[in-house]
Amino acid sequence: MKYIDEYRNKDIVVGLANEIKRISKHKIKIMEVCGGHTMSIQKFGLPYLLPDTVELISGPGCPVCVTSRGFIDKALVYARMDDVIITTYGDLIRVPGSDKSTLDKEKAKGADVRIVYSIMDALMIAKKNRRKKIIFLGIGFETTAPASAAGIIRAQMAGLGNFFLFSAHKVMPPAMESLIDEGVEIDGYIGPGHVSTITGEGIYLDIPKKFGLGVVISGFEPVDLMQSILMLVKQIENNDRKVEIQYKRVVKPEGNLKAQEMLDEVFEYGDDWWRGLGVLKNSGLKIKEKYSMHDAEIQIPVEIDPPKEPKGCICGEILKGVKKPKDCKLFATVCEPSNPIGACMVSTEGSCAAYYLYNR
Amino acid sequence: MCLSIPARIEKINGEMAVCSVGKSSYEASLQMLELEEIKVGDYVLIHTGFAIQKLDTEEAEASLKTFEEFKKMNDDLDMEEKQEGTRIV
Repeated sequence: MKYIDEYRNKDIVVGLANEIKRISKHKIKIMEVCGGHTMSIQKFGLPYLLPDTVELISGPGCPVCVTSRGFIDKALVYARMDDVIITTYGDLIRVPGSDKSTLDKEKAKGADVRIVYSIMDALMIAKKNRRKKIIFLGIGFETTAPASAAGIIRAQMAGLGNFFLFSAHKVMPPAMESLIDEGVEIDGYIGPGHVSTITGEGIYLDIPKKFGLGVVISGFEPVDLMQSILMLVKQIENNDRKVEIQYKRVVKPEGNLKAQEMLDEVFEYGDDWWRGLGVLKNSGLKIKEKYSMHDAEIQIPVEIDPPKEPKGCICGEILKGVKKPKDCKLFATVCEPSNPIGACMVSTEGSCAAYYLYNR
Repeated sequence: MCLSIPARIEKINGEMAVCSVGKSSYEASLQMLELEEIKVGDYVLIHTGFAIQKLDTEEAEASLKTFEEFKKMNDDLDMEEKQEGTRIV
């Protein structure tokens, strides 16, 4: 396929690997923030092409993984309501809540849970089911949040008073800064390519300034990732830390201004909880008051017991990059993709799922 | 979740487009892009039913050219290694 196959060329990947070996002198740790990058890195076996000096660690960029159990618990309460139809992207339906139930299990018991490809499909469901409350589960970072914003704007325009967004949308920079503040050893970031497609490079400019770390915004194919690693190694060896864009065919320095306007129209920043990192200031996207008629949390408030994290699961530590899936006693013993205990194994882009599939 | 791959625009109908990836086709909303800058034959990145960016083909070609240099460098190194019978990298 055009613009994909070219970036999977083995000779170019090996050429980049050799160049990395040639110039890398210092022992460094590079974090790939995005779950999509983690998946690609493991799938293509990139760690095995790198010299001993360069270690890759996975970060907190898997939306399902960082989403709180409380969010799942609330979604399960919503799913059990007779007049509610839950609409969601497929990633969420197998995530266990505190009582070990999942949206999938609730569906089997009769709940109306529908997987949609786009929030626009959820709006169609709302239009056809005026007597039901349609709740869309909004998770994801800056890449996904504009679609939710577009959905809310459309619902408002179309007078779909029965459409609600339950937002756990989050933004990346506070998590990236929090990791450094916590003392996690990182020498550079591979920046998320599709988050940056929306935001542009501006959101990372503080990272070299405040923390002296480089960020290279990367594409998702093996050639992209190897080139990004090379760019970071060069920055580190030359002591010239900055924000660079490797994924220039898609990411503009200013990002996608129209999508940013939509985000700004519907959402405002609020504090939010991340698995592994806790509550981070201004890291969540909350629905603005003028759209509160579509805010599930305001229009359909529910009470839940304090959420319980699964015993023995170290997903939080893995998301911070301080532990690897193989350090977890549950990994590939009781916790498997067919029976996931923690969120990092449920999501296809979770580190545990990626290691299980490609690097066990 | 942030996955998105390049799709070719086959047909535009107002704010909606039919796009193809290999042999599959998808409908995508163009409302996050400047409509006047989009035409049939362009490649866009689609995410959850929305085209989130137009692929810059000039940048893509330029980067592929740079990669060719790496490929060449690799070939040269291979040749050198073969001639000298040692492993350089």
